[in-house]
Amino acid sequence: MSSVRVFFVGGLISFRALFSWLNPWIYVPAMLVAPIFQILLFAYIGRSAGVGSDSFFLIGNALQYSAIPCLFAMAQAIAGERYGHTLGIVMVTPARRLPLFLGRSLPVVVNGFVVSMFSLVAGALVLGVGIPGSAWLPLALVVAVAAASCTGFGLLNAALALRVREIAVMTNVLFGLLLVFCGVNVALDALPGWMAAVGRRLPLTHAIEAARGLAGGASLGDVSGLVGTELLVGAVYAALGVLLLGVLEVEGRRRATLEMQ
Amino acid sequence: MLAVAYWLHLKMMAASAFDGFFQIVWPLFFATAAFLLYQQSKDPHALVYAGLGSSVMGIWSVIATTASSLLQRERWTGTLELLVVAPTRFALVLVPITTAMATLGLYSMVATLVWGRVLFGISVPVVHPVLFGLAIVVSILSISLIGFLLSVVVVRYRTAWALGNLLEYPGWLICGFLVPLSLFPAWVGWVAYALPPTWGMQAIRDASSGGAAGLDLLMCLGLGLLYGALGALLSETVLRSARANATVSLT
Repeated sequence: MSSVRVFFVGGLISFRALFSWLNPWIYVPAMLVAPIFQILLFAYIGRSAGVGSDSFFLIGNALQYSAIPCLFAMAQAIAGERYGHTLGIVMVTPARRLPLFLGRSLPVVVNGFVVSMFSLVAGALVLGVGIPGSAWLPLALVVAVAAASCTGFGLLNAALALRVREIAVMTNVLFGLLLVFCGVNVALDALPGWMAAVGRRLPLTHAIEAARGLAGGASLGDVSGLVGTELLVGAVYAALGVLLLGVLEVEGRRRATLEMQ
Repeated sequence: MLAVAYWLHLKMMAASAFDGFFQIVWPLFFATAAFLLYQQSKDPHALVYAGLGSSVMGIWSVIATTASSLLQRERWTGTLELLVVAPTRFALVLVPITTAMATLGLYSMVATLVWGRVLFGISVPVVHPVLFGLAIVVSILSISLIGFLLSVVVVRYRTAWALGNLLEYPGWLICGFLVPLSLFPAWVGWVAYALPPTWGMQAIRDASSGGAAGLDLLMCLGLGLLYGALGALLSETVLRSARANATVSLT
């Protein structure tokens, strides 16, 4: 029962306390307006280069932007505690680590989903991209899977926050890697082979491909393999994250670096 | 005093190797995505266009994202009151800081040009080297003056960094860095031509290709000075208001 409470109640309280971007003065510009401009930037670069379609850039960038809420919020789950001088308190609690950290992930997934769906709908309206009505429900499912997978990646990033002080910079670098390697603006088969190979091992790649398929008229069954792979990739990163959190927690205690600002 | 302040701030900002690395790397991700996109068009001129545009993006990024939170950072470090009570005009305190910030964008510019050359084989021609250098200096100065105005305008906005981050994409989008203005509706062009980076970018492209960059250069400088004058006027008003309302150190 205690673990369930830590997972749901603790997760929600931590998210509200640590993710300061929920303030509308930050949330609206950073989460709702910025992704629209990212979509527009690449859609217009595509038009200028005569490559891709608006729909291609809309879906790629709307899904990829979930990396901002997912990666930053997960990083804050550790860095925010350190900044508030509460990391030590959290680390000495006897609470099981799995519900403690996975509970913090759940609100992040929901927020990532909201940001991506908003970007998708608003971006489609601004660019005049028509997505079939029947595609929206399966698209929502794929967006949710993408947000979950990216949050798994974020958990690994959060673990690194136990050692890396400049985690915001690190998170921006990860966002940039996802932008370049995941087929967001350049299809995987147009990327150099090694980049496509890296992309296939990163979150978002398969979800973006699945979402493009759905918008192009494919059914959920047609893209189920991609959705399954996306879930698997996210689960692997989440497992690695939990593992690394454990290792770096022990290491942090040993080296007395947990609260190093 | 301006020169000393500029040099001191430049040294302080360049002290963090991690921040410096990020300022170089961040625009490189977007430049890489743009290069990969333009590479598909099989047009070498398009790649040169993207190479030059991407290199100036970093200067805009540094200013848009950092100048907006400049005064907030001074608040956090407890130095804003000291700057306010200094027996010199507030504008003269801020301009060297934003100019030093924009200068750091040079790292990013050079890195992007090298990145494009080494990985994508983009060779940017420079037909008028002197004019090219002058266009870069004038662009940096003008963008820093916009940054100065921005830092003053958002002084009462405690989450100004979010606004600064938001300005990054629109600047990249409409200032002609990676997308020709002719692709946008006419009203976007009007907004773009009211911004110095648009003229600076045109001047850099003209100097690179051998075109006449003089008018673009003058427009870039003139608009930059206009924004600077506006910032100077506003800074005194904002400062008076902050002192009267006791909000100078409000974090």
